[in-house]
Amino acid sequence: MPARASAALAGGCLLDAPRSGRYASGDPAESPSAGFHTMPESEIATLPSAAGNVLKRMILAVQDYSLLSLQSLVNIFTPPTYWSDTLQQMDIIGVGSLPIIVMASLSIGGVLVLNTASQFQRFGMTDLTGDAVALALVRELGPTIAALLVAGRNASGMASELGSMIVTEQVDAMRALGTDPIRKLMTPRVVATLLMMPLLVAVFDFVGLIGGFAAAYFTLRLGAVQFWTRAIDALEFGDLVQGFTKPIVFAFIVSTIGCFKGLRVKGGTQGVGRATTSAVVISSVMVLVSDLFLAKLLLYIFR
Amino acid sequence: MAVVSIYNLRMMCPSRPVPVSKMTTAVPGEPFVAFKDVRIGFDQGEVLRGISFEVWAGETKVLLGESGAGKTLIMKLAAGLLHADSGRVWVMGQNIEEMAERDLLDFRRHVGFVFQEGALFDSLTVAENVSFRLREENLSETELDQRVREVLRFVEMEPAIDKYPDELSGGMRRRVSIARALVDRPPLVFYDSPTAGLDPVTSQTIITLILRGRDLQGVTSLLATHRVQDAFGLAHYRFDPAAGRVVALGGNGAGQQGHGGPPTNVLVLREGQIYFEGAADEMLHSSDDYLKKFLASAE
Repeated sequence: MPARASAALAGGCLLDAPRSGRYASGDPAESPSAGFHTMPESEIATLPSAAGNVLKRMILAVQDYSLLSLQSLVNIFTPPTYWSDTLQQMDIIGVGSLPIIVMASLSIGGVLVLNTASQFQRFGMTDLTGDAVALALVRELGPTIAALLVAGRNASGMASELGSMIVTEQVDAMRALGTDPIRKLMTPRVVATLLMMPLLVAVFDFVGLIGGFAAAYFTLRLGAVQFWTRAIDALEFGDLVQGFTKPIVFAFIVSTIGCFKGLRVKGGTQGVGRATTSAVVISSVMVLVSDLFLAKLLLYIFR
Repeated sequence: MAVVSIYNLRMMCPSRPVPVSKMTTAVPGEPFVAFKDVRIGFDQGEVLRGISFEVWAGETKVLLGESGAGKTLIMKLAAGLLHADSGRVWVMGQNIEEMAERDLLDFRRHVGFVFQEGALFDSLTVAENVSFRLREENLSETELDQRVREVLRFVEMEPAIDKYPDELSGGMRRRVSIARALVDRPPLVFYDSPTAGLDPVTSQTIITLILRGRDLQGVTSLLATHRVQDAFGLAHYRFDPAAGRVVALGGNGAGQQGHGGPPTNVLVLREGQIYFEGAADEMLHSSDDYLKKFLASAE
């Protein structure tokens, strides 16, 4: 086991910067036995060891992320807890994301109807519009797109803010003052995102339906009663469970990846920029990948 | 049950609870800070190669060396912010290398650390920065305000109490950083290049504050700097509370115990090892070429 992994398990600091050169190369390579070589020894040894180094770094990163995420959750159950910081983050993540959630959901709902309207009209089943919009939004588009928006807005913010604190030694200063940075900085962000994401998704779903209704009313001349009755009746308990389980998982992914990338910044301001971009990209991809597995699992459970 | 099982994970629990009372004073007869054959390296290679030294209660130890010599590393190792590859670090009777991070957090509440660029929290005001540690102690707002103002008066920064760090000059930020480190009156303070990047006049102001902290509060200090003037300033002067100002120590400039001043010793680092350790005046009168180069930079 790499030395740093055992140090972490023994209570070492999860914020110690990984000194990658010491772990990526592992034990010193044994001297190659004498023999013929068509390539220089250094080149023969370099290729597999480079691949091995990359693999080791990836595994170490996954381990590092897992330990940090677990610590951030465990901190909820042990004192001290920073509720004022959590409330502040809820305001930033929840209330602050409302404008983009509302604008995006209005557009998504309208676009859904516009794209499906022509198909429904062909079969003379325009009254199914409400069903389609409600199911698509609640089951899939609401949680996923809301998570992607929050990833873009908040994961980047977390990574850049925490990364800036790392490069300016503010996190070290926090540790020097006897405050656990994971408890003070990461846990409030994770908790706030876990609490706010389902609410944001609820807003997204509702406003999306409003956008869909507006598009249906003006393009299909669909009545309000017809649209809303079908939209509500189409939803079953399983759809709501799907629609509000996913945000919790996505919230955990977005917040932990944003914080992890920020707390692992290296390379000054350029590193902060890289970490910010990386946080958005990785959290967005992981949201979509986990959505695939979650969708399959939840459909299996509720069908 | 899930909470209990999670809480029992070894990485979450302190390895050995350390009583708070043990952390605040040195063990009699033992040094306040002791490094024994400490080594640490990074991708580029080994930086500290078997460093051993001691700092006794009440002493001020000045770490001198070129950039990259390892001065900041020594400070961070002593504060437990980094772990050495090998060797032992003892601070106030505690083996830092064997302490879990949770114990180190409690330990660091009794140690002050002034970072090189101040490292103030830029989203907090001066008052919030200085009171950061005190808020963990659940003091009343009145007492909090009183203690913050007291320490800001000490560093002559009370008028800036409601300002943000980006509204302050470099010297002001450094002073606020010192206030933040001293607010809880810790027995041990680490100063990491407190005068780096400052003009000579402001540097003198910072050294004066450090002298006041040393002489009025009796702190043990470890100060890293590349400026030899800082070492001689601390060795040759003391803060006179009666006169309310800094005064020179002794006619011959010796700043050691014989002249009433706290001991100030110098430790020069070179290529990861201790090149010189002794009194500031020993360094002043040394015929070694490398030490002379340092002294020349002070002229």
